[in-house]
Parts: sequence; C-alpha cells; structure tokens
Amino acid sequence: MEQFAPVRRSKDGQPVRYLVVDDSVFARKNLGQMIETFGGQVAGEAGDGMTAITEYERTNPDIVLMDITMPQMEGIEAAEKIVRQHPEARIVMVSSVGYQENIVAALQRGARHFVQKPVKPEVLYEVIKYVLGEDGTVAQAAGAGV
Amino acid sequence: MKMELIQPFINAADAVLAQGLKSPMSIGNVSMEEEAYRRKGVAALVWITGDIEGRVIFDLDPETSVRVASQFAGTELPESDELVRETVCELANQVIGNAITTLNDEGFHFRVHPPVLHTSEHGAKSSEDTEALVICFETSSGNVFMNIALRYNRRRQGERTAGAGNS
Repeated sequence: MEQFAPVRRSKDGQPVRYLVVDDSVFARKNLGQMIETFGGQVAGEAGDGMTAITEYERTNPDIVLMDITMPQMEGIEAAEKIVRQHPEARIVMVSSVGYQENIVAALQRGARHFVQKPVKPEVLYEVIKYVLGEDGTVAQAAGAGV
Repeated sequence: MKMELIQPFINAADAVLAQGLKSPMSIGNVSMEEEAYRRKGVAALVWITGDIEGRVIFDLDPETSVRVASQFAGTELPESDELVRETVCELANQVIGNAITTLNDEGFHFRVHPPVLHTSEHGAKSSEDTEALVICFETSSGNVFMNIALRYNRRRQGERTAGAGNS
C-alpha cells in the first residue's frame, strides 16, 4: 500500500488517533491499514453505532471513521449522539451509500465530511488533513528531503 | 426487470471489482434464473426495501472467494479464514451501495440492509413479478456471480405516479 507523509497532532506531535466504526471486519482492517500508512493509530474499533458511542467515551479519538449502514444503530444516528455530547468530535462518514440525502443528513447531524466506498487512500488522506485543519501537521516523511 | 434498474448494478460491480482486484473484468453469461436459487459457494445477500424491493446475492465459488478476498486484503488468506466471508459481504455492500446511490439520484428511494451470509443451499424460486437475473463477471481471480431479484413496489410506484400527475 502507498505510503503517505505522516499526519501528526499539532499540539504534541503524536500520531493521530482514530476510532474505526464499521460492521464489516474486513472494512475495519482495510481502514486500519490505510491509517497506518497515514502515520496514525487505531485507538478503538466498533461494529455498530451503540458500541461506537461507548468506544468514543473510552478512547477520546482525534477522528472517527463511521460507516452508515450498520445493525442496531446506524452511523448517522450514532454521529448525532456523539456530537451532541462532544461538539468538538470530528466524524467522517465512510459509506458505499453516497447519495445526496444521506450526505446532507450526515452533515446536518454533525459529521464533518463524507467519503464513499470503495475508499481510495489518497482521497481519505486529503479528507483527514482537511478535517484536522490546524490541529494536524504533515510531518516530513522519513528519508524525504535529504 | 427493466434495464434501468440493472445497469447501475453492473456499473457499480465493474468499478468496485476493477479497483479491488486491480485488473479489468468483463461481463460473461447473463441469464434469467428460472429455477430456485442454488448457492455456488460463499454468498452474501443484501435486502433492499423502498420504491424497489427485493434482494441481491453475490456468490463466488470457494476457490474464487479466497482469491478475491486475498486480493482485496492484500495478503494470502486461507479458505477457512472468516475474513474471506467478510470480504464477500463487504464486496456486496459496496457494489449495492454504489448502485443504490445512482438509482437514488435518479429519483428512486431505498433502504439498504446490512449484508448477511447466505448459508442455505437453495433460495426461493423467482416469481412472475420477482424475476431473478444472474450476471457473471469474469475477473482475473475467477467468476463472480450477481443474482438480482427486484420488483417495483406497486404502492410506492402508485404514489410516485400520483405525485408526478399532481406536479
């Protein structure tokens, strides 16, 4: 998998911590691999919206990658509940169902961005940088610029 | 089943499989299923409800499912690995999600349910209003079968027609 210049937290230079929420183990593993190539760290995983809320409380991640179609509680509802408790939460919806109404509903309920599956690493990388804004810094890649 | 319903599924499968397998694919045999559905190997089923209702099944023989899952995962997986079945489910989820996105933008409204593994050997026989179309995608990892059985929701279709007549 392609390597990207690591994105770090501006405040302490530490890796960005992610909560990955998807009912598919495969999708979680796939996103986890991408996060590694971004220099990030998976702080927690959840397979449904209910678990996502408790995992958010437990891990306090910098970014949440949240699927929409999931059993028990869907991603948009979970995002809304997290943002209600934590307005600073940065949630990126990652779903194969990317029609206009879904995107608008997610953004209205507090999600910061939307990425359609199948996820292209270069697209997710740019979205992560955008969503972090000044709270993220692109570190010099190892061996680069020498 | 009208082609306007089928084409988005074909386009989505083309895009998802080509990206995941990193090689082009072609459409092989397309047929109407007249007998009850017979599972070929690892199969993921997704229910769709809304303006159009029914189900879509992604079905891969065991060897193909391992090759496809290994390609998607970027590592060799054994046939027994749970990730093989997970990958087929996620493949179905991505293809159907992308197709539904296109159809929704064309004015159809749906709800997609999470994919489930289809474990029984047989499925219900298709009926006159729920014809099943089987499309074979020939990929570098083997054949991927998409079995689509959808029908227009008559009540919702009536509402759509009435709405169009009122506008």
